[in-house]
Amino acid sequence: MAKDEMNPAFKLIGTRVLRPDGLDKVTGRARYGADFAAPGMLFGAAVRSPHAHARIKRIDATRALALDGVKAVVTRADFPTGLTGEDWNLQENCMAGDVALYDGHAVAAVAATSALLAQDAAKLIEVEYEPLPHVTDVDDAIKPDAPAIRPGAADHSVPDGMPPNVVRYFEFGHGDLDAGFAEADIVRAQTYRTEATHQGYIEPQACVGQLGADGKGEMWVTTQGQWYVRWMCAAVLGLETAQLRVTPSEIGGGFGGKTTVFIEPLSLALSRKAGGKPVKLVMSRSDVLRATGPTASASMDVKIGMKADGTMTAGRAEFRMQGGAFPGSPLNEALECAFAAYKLPAVEHIGHEVLANRPKAAAYRAPGAPMAAFAVESLVDEIARELGLDPIAVRLKNAVREGDRSSYGPRYKSIGLVETLEAAKAHANYAAPLGPNQGRGVATGYWFNHNGDTSVSMAIAEDGTAQVSVGTPDIGGSRASLGLMVAETLGIPYEHVRVNVVETGALGINEPSHGSRATFASGKAAVIATEQAIAEMCRRAAAEWGIEPEAVDWVEGAAQPAGPNAGKFPPMKIAEIAGQMSSTGGPIAGHYEGLPEGVGASFGTHVVDVEVDPETGRTTILRYLVVQDAGRAIHPAYVEGQFQGGAAQGIGWALNEAYIYGEDGRLQNAGFLDYRIPVACDLPMIDTVIVEVPNPGHPYGVRGVGETGITPPLPAVANAIAAATGARLRRLPMNPPAVLAAIKAVRGG
Amino acid sequence: MSKIHVTATVNGDSVEFLADPRETLLDALRDHLGLIGSKEGCGTGDCGACSVLLDGRLVSACLVLGVEAEGHEIETIEGMAGPDGTLHPLQRKFIEHAALQCGFCTPGFLVASKALLAKTPDPTEEEVRYWLAGNLCRCTGYDKIIRAVMDAAAEMRGAA
Ligand code: FES
Ligand code: FES
Repeated sequence: MAKDEMNPAFKLIGTRVLRPDGLDKVTGRARYGADFAAPGMLFGAAVRSPHAHARIKRIDATRALALDGVKAVVTRADFPTGLTGEDWNLQENCMAGDVALYDGHAVAAVAATSALLAQDAAKLIEVEYEPLPHVTDVDDAIKPDAPAIRPGAADHSVPDGMPPNVVRYFEFGHGDLDAGFAEADIVRAQTYRTEATHQGYIEPQACVGQLGADGKGEMWVTTQGQWYVRWMCAAVLGLETAQLRVTPSEIGGGFGGKTTVFIEPLSLALSRKAGGKPVKLVMSRSDVLRATGPTASASMDVKIGMKADGTMTAGRAEFRMQGGAFPGSPLNEALECAFAAYKLPAVEHIGHEVLANRPKAAAYRAPGAPMAAFAVESLVDEIARELGLDPIAVRLKNAVREGDRSSYGPRYKSIGLVETLEAAKAHANYAAPLGPNQGRGVATGYWFNHNGDTSVSMAIAEDGTAQVSVGTPDIGGSRASLGLMVAETLGIPYEHVRVNVVETGALGINEPSHGSRATFASGKAAVIATEQAIAEMCRRAAAEWGIEPEAVDWVEGAAQPAGPNAGKFPPMKIAEIAGQMSSTGGPIAGHYEGLPEGVGASFGTHVVDVEVDPETGRTTILRYLVVQDAGRAIHPAYVEGQFQGGAAQGIGWALNEAYIYGEDGRLQNAGFLDYRIPVACDLPMIDTVIVEVPNPGHPYGVRGVGETGITPPLPAVANAIAAATGARLRRLPMNPPAVLAAIKAVRGG
Repeated sequence: MSKIHVTATVNGDSVEFLADPRETLLDALRDHLGLIGSKEGCGTGDCGACSVLLDGRLVSACLVLGVEAEGHEIETIEGMAGPDGTLHPLQRKFIEHAALQCGFCTPGFLVASKALLAKTPDPTEEEVRYWLAGNLCRCTGYDKIIRAVMDAAAEMRGAA
């Protein structure tokens, strides 16, 4: 459907209604992961390896168990053996087996009658380690003589003769690369590096787990995906999946980091060993940073050929990524996003996945895409600058459009890259005057967006109001968006719809709120479910009127005869139909189970102005503009919020955030004081432009907005610093010492 | 370790609890008094999610011991709305401006903002940003939070 055809006069879609959970959240009533308590509950604590790599020779819990009030200790011996593949990875990451693989790796856990007692007991568990050689840096880990972290972990994709820590290798691309580079007027190749960062959700992981000897269990947990927690815990503990019931709490941020399990299986294992008493586990901030998923770190070679007029002729990307001591870094996504914005006749991608002695990487907002953008968008900027071309003009010249083949294969359906570039160019920020030591940077970013397993049910209440049960936890206002879509479809006030995020027993399986899918997938499913309920209400009215159901239309919250030929009956309102439902055929409801088709990818363009202090190397963000294609902004305020939040995280990654490992392989900055995320005085207001190129695959045009926004900031800030100082930083973070050194290098100081 | 009996005033009510001497005020509020609105994001004074007022002064409840509350007045997020539930202008403006996404940082921001406006009823944007620099929000990029605080301040000045 073309943009203009999809412009009906919505009553509710696009309005800034109040979110349904707002009152609970401003009064402190909302219950998050650590706010749940169960009668008879015990408290747990984990014992974690202080070594980056060490054989566990002995664990002795005698002294801990002798404390009054200590009820259970678990080690890997309490978990089933024989797991394979990702199940084994999950189990191993939750609780070390023979070898602790990173600083912070759990090796034992204890449950006691109070949290303080559990912490005391954890200190009394004696663990004897034999330290092993370790490696934490991606470029060191890929060396042929690096300590082998998990011999035999490489999959069949790795050619013989590769270094021991390479566990996955792949190549893809199309076109004649040599011919492409030969056609270019200028070919440049550079290497870029990004450090691992953490999602940095303010709420640490927390759960209460209860598991009986009968294999039936309950869990209350902060998570992006209760069904993922269920299958992962079941796999790690060898339980029957459906015997576990998982209820999600309100979630205090996730950004991908709460799509997997860490402490959750430990609480169930402790509960089982303590006779089935519920066990609460809450992570400390330092454990969150040491042991829950950061993102991968990357080392990336990029080569681009460009004609003098800005036409790109070929691109090549070879990335090395470490995602900890386990496979699963977002290498594919990174490479697939690398050149996604560009129409390239020839492109080649090569990926090496490498193990290192770090925690298992978890997803982090557009996994892989920010790193790739840092490399490619920096190099595009470098070449454009060398050729004296405007950065937006170069991107417009090569921008992919609907029908073009993407760099990673499939042809694009409707996309809005050109629209975001044009809107950025037209924005006042792009023409704002710059002073000394100030510079402007531009970059684009891409994310695929995602559908995933989706189950939704909706039902009409006796008074004609509606309830919607979804399986995607609400992190950033999705209950408001879903409520708007259902109310719009039903033709009733927004306030008459209640959206509930439900436990695993209430619906078929759902993937987590990840991949920017909640508003797209649960939204589409909710609209389909609502249409079923509407069809049923039309049938009830038709039966009452004695006409064919096809002769009934649904208009503004009421059934009415489709036309004069259908008969002359006054509209039958939803409340009337609902009030009689028990006598006209019983409950009225609708549901959806499936993989909603029609995902719409999203592009964004960011423009940032910085000022760099030449004395200190400190970068100040003066202006920041996010332009992104939302498809349709169901609730514009929360779309802006996603844009702004993504930009802020990207700015943090660009300027400050990084995992710092010491020579001893220990994380040196496991706290918010030293792992410094942006604070209010680090940022200006973040300007936003919501571009709406509706996604024809969604009833209201939604694409998904959560992820694209973290992609462009890394290169946009680097490009702005280069514009301000003449110094090009190809390594993150661009903190004051790094910028100062780069300035000195170009000035020959 | 034996527990210590503590008497304090919390949100205008006099309360008593038994605290382990190692427990923080945040633990006491959450675990003994059921006031779970104050959050623990770090436990080390770096995130502001546990912000409360101690005798009117803004503190991180994770850095105060529960036993130190003896004889003092504490105000938490639960005491911010009126007794009949009427929201404080800051609470209302946070909802109206969509100044929360996950909402985990929200109680801390509200308590800290209230302390700011008590001292500085007409703050500049810069003053708000610096005052709130001790409160971390990972979701919003702060834009809408700052707007909500400025707007609430304007309304409160107008109403005063
Ligand atoms: S929990 Fe007190 S400052 Fe973070
Ligand atoms: S709204 Fe999530 S941390 Fe602030």
